[in-house]
Amino acid sequence: MSIFDIFTRKRSAPVARERLQLLLAHERALTGRADLAAILQEEILAVIAKHIAIDREKVNVKLDRSDQVSTLEIDIEMPQSVVKAKAS
Amino acid sequence: MSKVVVVTSGKGGVGKTTTSASLGAALAQAGQNVVVVDFDVGLRNLDLVLGAERRVVFDLVNVVQGDAKLAQALIKDKRVDTLSLLAASQTRDKDALTEEGVKSVIDELRTKFDWIICDSPAGIEKGAMLAMRFADVAVVVTNPEVSSVRDSDRIIGMLDSKTVRAENGETFEKHLMLTRYNPARAAKGEMLGVDDVLEILAIPLLGIVPESPDVLNASNLGCPVTLHNPASTAAKAYADAAKRLLGETVEITTPALEKQGLLGRLFGRKAVA
Repeated sequence: MSIFDIFTRKRSAPVARERLQLLLAHERALTGRADLAAILQEEILAVIAKHIAIDREKVNVKLDRSDQVSTLEIDIEMPQSVVKAKAS
Repeated sequence: MSKVVVVTSGKGGVGKTTTSASLGAALAQAGQNVVVVDFDVGLRNLDLVLGAERRVVFDLVNVVQGDAKLAQALIKDKRVDTLSLLAASQTRDKDALTEEGVKSVIDELRTKFDWIICDSPAGIEKGAMLAMRFADVAVVVTNPEVSSVRDSDRIIGMLDSKTVRAENGETFEKHLMLTRYNPARAAKGEMLGVDDVLEILAIPLLGIVPESPDVLNASNLGCPVTLHNPASTAAKAYADAAKRLLGETVEITTPALEKQGLLGRLFGRKAVA
């Protein structure tokens, strides 16, 4: 190890601290509603299924959390028949 | 008035059993009447850490199920006569414990001891829930490491909602015992510092136990570190923590780095690398 490494060494503890603070803020907010993403997925799919026949295999749910915003992304692939009906 | 203390953490391997044994021994050495109860049914270890593994005849499950009287199951320590152990069963599983059974055992222990220290199993399942259920005070054992801190946060949430005291809206003291602390790595910024963990978990600090061969030696020998090597930093940390539980004000000492000058640090490190 070079002597200069002492000054350039990456400190990992501050990163750990930030990641934990962010994560725990979300987890505390969700206490008791631990499966928020799963519940949202079920209910949103139920609404869509009332109007369009969708394939459950072709649904993709992603929850992303960051400092400023959290996003819930629900990606539903429409069946061919619906797309065609709309196009015509 | 007796106090029921749960020693818990969520994560395994952080030092719950060591802390239960050492805090229990330290309180007993301070003249208190103490029983340590192992709730880790199926994976008991408190008996081993206390050096009583060959003396277990009846256990917590036997008492809960009425197969043995409490007095038959209590094992008195041979070194400190105010310290007793109630072992867990090694052959049963956690479903052998019932809430009513545990309550009646704890109620009976309250009539005999000043301190009832419940060593919780890891996890958030039935065993851990029953260990904390009737507690008055919690000692949350945490390592300065991300997964341990996250699990401790989860357990703190449960202590605030799933204990009888919390349900009755009574106060529930929670203390943080920071274990396996490595001052050198914390100083280099490689390990979460004491302040980081305290700020994140936001519960008062009961003590800091440095990572130390004394603790391992004590476990190897089946003798709590406060008895085996009372002069060690780890033993002092536990003895001070016991005093704080007893209501004394003792200043918390953060385990320090070995004293070394600037030059020594610069060149000493090179020799180690």
